[in-house]
Amino acid sequence: MARAGADSGAGALASLDSTAVNTPPPAVAVRGLVKRYGRTTAVDGLDLCLPSGSVLALLGPNGAGKTTTVEICEGFLRADAGEVRVLGVDPAGAPDALRARIGVMPQGGGAYPGVRAAEMLRLVAACSAHPLDVTWLMSVLGLDSCARTPYKRLSGGQQQRLALACAVVGRPELVFLDEPTAGMDPQGRRVVWELIQALRRDGVAVLLTTHLMEEAEALADEVVIVDRGRVVAQGSPVALTSTTEQQELRFRARSGMDVDGLVAALPAGYGAAEPIAGRYVVRGRIDPAVLSTITSWCAGQGALADDVQVARRSLEDVFLELTGRELRS
Amino acid sequence: MNRFAPGTFTPQPGAGAPLRMLAAQSGTELRLALRNGEQVLLTLLIPIVLLVGLSTLDVVPLPEPRVAAVVPGVLALAVMSTAFTGQAIALGFDRRYGVVRRLAATALPRWLLVAGRLVAVLGVVALQVVVLCALAVALGWRPEPSGLGWALLLVLLGCAAFGSLGILLGGSLRAEITLAVANLVWFVLLLAGGIVVPLGMLPRPLAGVGAVLPSGALAEGLRTALSAGHAPSAVQVLVLVGWTVVASALALRTVKLR
Repeated sequence: MARAGADSGAGALASLDSTAVNTPPPAVAVRGLVKRYGRTTAVDGLDLCLPSGSVLALLGPNGAGKTTTVEICEGFLRADAGEVRVLGVDPAGAPDALRARIGVMPQGGGAYPGVRAAEMLRLVAACSAHPLDVTWLMSVLGLDSCARTPYKRLSGGQQQRLALACAVVGRPELVFLDEPTAGMDPQGRRVVWELIQALRRDGVAVLLTTHLMEEAEALADEVVIVDRGRVVAQGSPVALTSTTEQQELRFRARSGMDVDGLVAALPAGYGAAEPIAGRYVVRGRIDPAVLSTITSWCAGQGALADDVQVARRSLEDVFLELTGRELRS
Repeated sequence: MNRFAPGTFTPQPGAGAPLRMLAAQSGTELRLALRNGEQVLLTLLIPIVLLVGLSTLDVVPLPEPRVAAVVPGVLALAVMSTAFTGQAIALGFDRRYGVVRRLAATALPRWLLVAGRLVAVLGVVALQVVVLCALAVALGWRPEPSGLGWALLLVLLGCAAFGSLGILLGGSLRAEITLAVANLVWFVLLLAGGIVVPLGMLPRPLAGVGAVLPSGALAEGLRTALSAGHAPSAVQVLVLVGWTVVASALALRTVKLR
């Protein structure tokens, strides 16, 4: 299991407390975070570190504790245990001072049902000392055609883009984006991705939550996979997916071949399966010798290995392996 | 190729000027209140219908001139509708729709979040008072000039009492419950709280209860000020201040952002 940088959260928090401050403190440092709702433990000893000016994706199934973690960092919820520092400040202690420095995109947005899109953004902009130009921001996010439309009549994607605009209009140092592209069409998603890349380029730290592996892979410097309130893996997208023994080979052949026989033919430590009839997967380090073993084993079964593909595991594979494949309610 | 030029988002954080934030929030809420049909019905149309109807039709026995007997109650109703019922319902649904949290996530401090709503309430009440008084004058109402200052004070105290009760209700309970309770209370106080029917015409136990309710204190105080030109009684002022203090103290403990 890839756990590159698993200890960086604790390390960064320690350096935050020290007086040697040549490097900027992390934008977000969380250690041993616990949050319970009644008997349910939503967050169970979570560690997290978002270095200043970088992008961290919190990835996990529904109910993994992503939103709870983000809302504690924003100062909306109180932790039951653990230490949280956001821009060096305890969010539970000084939410007003902190919120002048951060941008927040809550899950599901948040606006008066009858407010016009531009009116809402203007209101949020008025709360900042040096806001971005509202008209420009509306237009670059494709919202100028609905500037006078009441919020309740905006499409889901338009509401999301407006919420994103509200999160960045105040030129924050750190932005929390809770599922920023949920319900968006591909064009909308493209704009949001570009915006997040531009934030990172300009030195804004971003903590985003997402279900989308592709999104985490494309945007994040660091991906933290959480499940049942705990970190199950973390590291750069490349580190999480490219470990050599995590390669796999897929091929098609006639269905019903004896995969146990294939495993026996392969060196120790390899796995094989037929997840869908006629489609086979071999997991392990794929080299020419292994490829040759597989094709000759197929030939021995009177079958031709067709459509052979060697692939790095996707982040989705890692994610499903760690968090299970069953549907969560 | 990125459509955002380099440096576009270079951090430059900071809170806006408090007065600018206050103006932006209360201005937005005021416009929303005036754009919302149900709110306008509650805050303007019903008081206007009652003012014109009770002044011109002999449905309830009232001393002559009828309009002078009706105006104080209608002004009290206007204050109650806006500061309590309208405000509680709006706050309940604003919480439901994440507005309060959205605003709390900006640099807007907690006290401005409340102040912005109250300033919007004062704006609507000012509009109601101007419209209703102009209409009453057209119907022949001639208030006692020496009582106008007292009436203004009472309207402000009434806004404070009903406003803090509205925030307590809308900020603490679920939106649907708020809607039901706010409307029920509005209706009960309208009929039995000294607003339409003066306390003196209510049965004795009811009149006693009405006198310690904000509706009764406000309406009776306005009757004294506008008809006789006298200052409101100490009890009326204390009742309004007392409800303000108790409701605000409770609201500080119970109001939730969501």
